[in-house]
Amino acid sequence: MTIKWTQLIIFAVLFLLVSGMGFVAARWRRPQTMEHLDEWGLGGRNFGSWVSWFLIGGDLYTAYTFVAVPALVFGAGAMGFFAVPYTVVVYPLVFLVLIRLWSVSHRHGYVTPADFVRGRFGSPVLALVIAVTGIVATMPYIALQLVGIEAVLKSMGVTGHWPIIVAFGILAAYTYKSGLRAPALIAFVKDTLIYIVIIVAVLYIPYKLGGWGSIFDAADAKFTKSPNPSDGILLNANNQLQYVTLAFGSALALFLYPHSVTGVLASKNRDVIKRNMSALPAYSLLLGLIALLGFMAIAAKVTPIGTDTNTIVPQLFDKLFPDWFVGIAFAAIGIGALVPAAIMSIAAANLFTRNIYKEFLHKTATPKQEANVSKITSLVVKIGAVLCILLLDPQFSIDLQLIGGVIILQTLPAVAIGLYTRWLHRWALLAGWAVGLGFGLWMLYQIPNAAGTKKHFGGSAFPLAKFGFDTKMTVYVGLVAVAANLLVVVLATLLFRALGTPSGIDHTHPTDYTSDEGDVRPVVEDTKRDALTALINGEGGNRRS
Amino acid sequence: MPAPDTAPRRSDRSPWNWLLLVPIVLPLLTFVFNADSPRLFGFPRFYWLQLAFIIVGVSGTTLVYRMGKRS
Repeated sequence: MTIKWTQLIIFAVLFLLVSGMGFVAARWRRPQTMEHLDEWGLGGRNFGSWVSWFLIGGDLYTAYTFVAVPALVFGAGAMGFFAVPYTVVVYPLVFLVLIRLWSVSHRHGYVTPADFVRGRFGSPVLALVIAVTGIVATMPYIALQLVGIEAVLKSMGVTGHWPIIVAFGILAAYTYKSGLRAPALIAFVKDTLIYIVIIVAVLYIPYKLGGWGSIFDAADAKFTKSPNPSDGILLNANNQLQYVTLAFGSALALFLYPHSVTGVLASKNRDVIKRNMSALPAYSLLLGLIALLGFMAIAAKVTPIGTDTNTIVPQLFDKLFPDWFVGIAFAAIGIGALVPAAIMSIAAANLFTRNIYKEFLHKTATPKQEANVSKITSLVVKIGAVLCILLLDPQFSIDLQLIGGVIILQTLPAVAIGLYTRWLHRWALLAGWAVGLGFGLWMLYQIPNAAGTKKHFGGSAFPLAKFGFDTKMTVYVGLVAVAANLLVVVLATLLFRALGTPSGIDHTHPTDYTSDEGDVRPVVEDTKRDALTALINGEGGNRRS
Repeated sequence: MPAPDTAPRRSDRSPWNWLLLVPIVLPLLTFVFNADSPRLFGFPRFYWLQLAFIIVGVSGTTLVYRMGKRS
């Protein structure tokens, strides 16, 4: 395959322009010092509505999403459209939850979800488990961003791994220097490009292909012919439950990911978050239209490169657009990979620094040391992601990401429910997490892939028949696993409360959860209150009646 | 023990919050949208109706935000 130079040059120019912005970002909204995790890792906790919209949007709707969702629609049809209800449901679902997380984190200086769990349940061990879960779930996600870039490079005729190494090298360098400010600034360019490309695509391609009606008819014809019973432009009796549970389960999981939390905590105040919960669905509309590119590819008779269906959107653009515009479109996808990759590596680095390094390795670390450890960890995380792609089959990253969604859901009781009640016992949360994790992995292990080429970890649709139901229906593994988790948490809490096991000190106060920008932070009072609570309850912590 | 309460009392409670349930539940009811007809601009109902739910979601969260601010 020959290299398409026009495409590649435009891609490279935009890519370098954005990299320059990444380095300059360190001076943007210049802080007093960059040597503090609030600055490097959270951009000063001071982003307003617009910056947050671009940042969180660029964070959640990743390049991999833009490549994989249409690929799924291309292959399976209606099932791939779950991304739309998923991203509709998520914002009203977390609207009231995230403002509580923001408030308590703002009040206590929490940087990660695990920081909150530590403060709320007084358990460094539980926080460690939440942190490690977050890191493990995030790593393959970063690696997948590379898969997005690779799909684009393949279509431009660029083969070999060196371009990826160069791209990630640059990314690592400016993330190291500018921290969260880099992806926040780049997100502006990324999203502008993506919006332009998609608006042009959804107007121009249907016009070329004879209208939306004929696109859907072509897709329908393909799926009717295919021997696979579960594809089609509509859902069938057996995959509706999977569609709904996958959409709902994914919505529950989205804001448990550490990188989503990083984006939220970087906001200036509660209003910024509320406004964004209303405005972020603009991206869902975009995602819905992008999903339909899969059907357009069918109607345009586009075929993927080899067996890699992730190349379907790049191939579609390549076939229908002039070279210069293809270059812009590919740059949009390529840059689209950099924003989430940067935020994810920052989030993972913050987890390591706050909940492993400071907690267990260096208790007296100064803010400067914390920032330095985080910066270095972010490099390590990116090297790890590149190695994942270079040394392992990319399929392995995809499998891991699938598993990641299921395991991150297991942090729901501690992180999300913990924002509302202190009733759940810390050891019960640990037990529930373990059960949910084990059960989830056990289910995933038994699922073969659709093509029948793999016996294990082939998808997230668990056949209910295996539970003894007489049906062909399937259900999303994550939701079943988290249900088991919750059941264990409740039962074990009752048990631990009955036994009178100490439940740890709650460092938070009910008013913390509604506090806002500008409220006074009586840190000294906190320490006094904690000391007092410890005194009243004896060393073990507070036993609530 | 007097609570060391310097933060102003603020509440997130509002009857309008119940409105958030609409965009959470509606997109999960497959029987509402899992059909081809009627088509709109060539889109089967499955696709245009689910895209329309985005507007329901935006309206719901916007309304809850505005009303919560007022009270």
